[in-house]
Amino acid sequence: MNFDDTPEEAAFRAEVRAWLAANAQPRRGREDKFGAGLDKPQYLAAAKAWQARKAAAGYAAIVMPKEMGGFGGTPAQQIVYNQEEAKFLTPDRVFEVSLGTALPTVAMWGTPAQKVKYLASAFRGEHIWCQLFSEPSAGSDLGNLRTRAARDGDGWVINGQKVWTSNADIADYGILLARTDWDQPKSKGLTMFILDMKAPGVEVRPIRQASDEYHFSEVFFSDVRIADADRLGPENDGWKVMMSALMKERFSLGENFSGDLYAQLIGLAKQVVWGERPALEDPRVRAGIAETYLAQFGVELIVRRGMSAISRGQSPGPEMSAVKLIGARAFQTGGALAIELGGAEGLVAAEALGAQWRLPQLLWLAAPGARIAGGTDEIQKNTIAERVLGLPGELRTDRDVPFRALEG
Amino acid sequence: MNFDFSEDQRRLQAEVRRVLADYSTSPNVRAVLEGRTLYCAETWRQLAALGALGVALPEAQGGVGLGLLELCLVAEEAGRALAAVPLLSSVYLAAEALRRAGSPAQQALWLPRLASGEVIGTAALAAAAHRISTAPPPCRVGDALTGTLHALPDGMAAEICVVLAGGELALVELNGPGVTRQALSSLDPSRPLARIEFAAAPATWLPGDGAATARAVTLGAATLLAFEQIGGAEAALYMARDYVLQRRAFGRVVGGFQAVKHKLADIYTKLELARAHAYFAAWALASDAPELPRAAAAARVAATAAYTLAAEEGLHLHGGIGFTWEMDCHLHLRRARWLGQIIGNEHLWRDALATALIEEAA
Repeated sequence: MNFDDTPEEAAFRAEVRAWLAANAQPRRGREDKFGAGLDKPQYLAAAKAWQARKAAAGYAAIVMPKEMGGFGGTPAQQIVYNQEEAKFLTPDRVFEVSLGTALPTVAMWGTPAQKVKYLASAFRGEHIWCQLFSEPSAGSDLGNLRTRAARDGDGWVINGQKVWTSNADIADYGILLARTDWDQPKSKGLTMFILDMKAPGVEVRPIRQASDEYHFSEVFFSDVRIADADRLGPENDGWKVMMSALMKERFSLGENFSGDLYAQLIGLAKQVVWGERPALEDPRVRAGIAETYLAQFGVELIVRRGMSAISRGQSPGPEMSAVKLIGARAFQTGGALAIELGGAEGLVAAEALGAQWRLPQLLWLAAPGARIAGGTDEIQKNTIAERVLGLPGELRTDRDVPFRALEG
Repeated sequence: MNFDFSEDQRRLQAEVRRVLADYSTSPNVRAVLEGRTLYCAETWRQLAALGALGVALPEAQGGVGLGLLELCLVAEEAGRALAAVPLLSSVYLAAEALRRAGSPAQQALWLPRLASGEVIGTAALAAAAHRISTAPPPCRVGDALTGTLHALPDGMAAEICVVLAGGELALVELNGPGVTRQALSSLDPSRPLARIEFAAAPATWLPGDGAATARAVTLGAATLLAFEQIGGAEAALYMARDYVLQRRAFGRVVGGFQAVKHKLADIYTKLELARAHAYFAAWALASDAPELPRAAAAARVAATAAYTLAAEEGLHLHGGIGFTWEMDCHLHLRRARWLGQIIGNEHLWRDALATALIEEAA
């Protein structure tokens, strides 16, 4: 049992570290961000320039085969690269969907022509991708989606609506799941397409979240044309293509759900006074800090177990499914504990209260979304119960019914 | 990175598991539970024969010369099998105290016999933070020991006891003069407790800083108990899972109801969290890492929470039959409670965790 690199990993880490040191700025603190002070177009330009430099060095798509424009490396090398890059100022989120799910799906299901047309340029950051899956009536029950793709000559015409699409406002392309056969049961009549986000009839409207941020959009389709050459995978096999896209997320093991909120809580509870004593001396506050640590560092440890499996050339085990359940809930309770510390004054926004309150407030506001996005708590529990513990699936009355009969 | 046990360690674990499945059976555990014996002697002999009792002791002292990581896996299996044997008292506490701080003479005299299981030891290494009784704790008078231990694990079965008294560690022979023992009935009779009174009981004293040794041994015991707890929690979880897959109500197996599925998923999630912290504590313990105080405390708190939930809800998921004496659900319920507070309760350890985090942050 150890946390050490294998000799190969250590050599790769040294190489990556040297390249990053020569090409990026080290991250100096929690508030230190890539592209601070840039407006959105400038930020995007800087992010794309960074991606191009990363691609030239071979690090843009480490696990992709070389013939597709990748590095031909291992998942363990991808993890080593991610760990090292996190110590430097690099763009956040912009290429997450592109590299994490959309392009791996194109690489897996695309025709030779699609791979040539789309992959290498996207690895170089010339294009940003999004994934167009969820709909207003198809969240947890994704198979219920209603966006229609109708045959029209040698192409398709798309009508309908997607929602909760990350990066739709900046994306050049998206992978789009639409219904092509209404006489088949819900998940059987779906097909995956590659959509040009600039095509006529595509309209993107950002969503103002409950947290007053804008990370997602609604996307509307009015008679949008897609050539059959941009169908991704076989007709009516879209569910299988979509599942393989979601499987690709296994390399992002849930690191986003770890963190050091507990350490920040210690700092804040030292500063806040309860009665005449620092709040940090109150046993309930100390218990809350300990519980926040148990959840957040626990997530980090579970992720390390997943990484160890990858490092051994195995797949991460089922314990990974617990990560989001534990981590998202810790944002909510840990964030609330921080805000609660100051009583009425704790309700004042960080801009007026002090920068040290920014992250706890942000986490608390973001937590409800984290408990929903990417599989709600309830879906995660069903997954654990069914896939890990072998309990029966939910009763489904709609599984074998033609989708047309379910409408209304 | 390999944040996991090695294949050799897993093989040893599988061997211990196999032997415990044969010997630490429900009837054997119940023989202790119902007071017919002080511990499960056959299970103890089998563990000794495997080398499991001395797995962390050097070969020169009758041990196997492996280490604490291997002992963690023995503990996990003991927890899974509800083993009614004095592992905590004799192996995690008494032998570890002597291994770390015993004089050469004390080590030569006792460690080989502790490793072979021929002698059972126990220990009282903390000035009890939570007390009900008011009789004064043991203290040194000359070279002898005087005072009372209120709830000593395996106090009737043990031959020797290591006692923290005023910052020093005493080694007392419990069959010797000046020692009065009284068996206590308790909430988990499968792990018996005794009240011990020392009246000028002759003692030999361990060299060095006894408080520091006691603290180190206690952090190790917290880690090892966390493994017993995750073993027990996993057993209780899968026992409940198997039951709900077989029990039918309203025309289907009850395991298909979402309220039941989510309860089991909650237990699994708490268990995996505990397992992650227990592994980290095992690493910190085996590598003498500075993170050990927070790692051991975190493992203890997370594992106590996991086993408590698994035992309580595991019984509940069985419905009425789970509340009968014949079913083993209450064995887990009792053992989870016992393991959860025998070396200090969850609140004490959660505060110790907070203290360690605050010290690290400073």
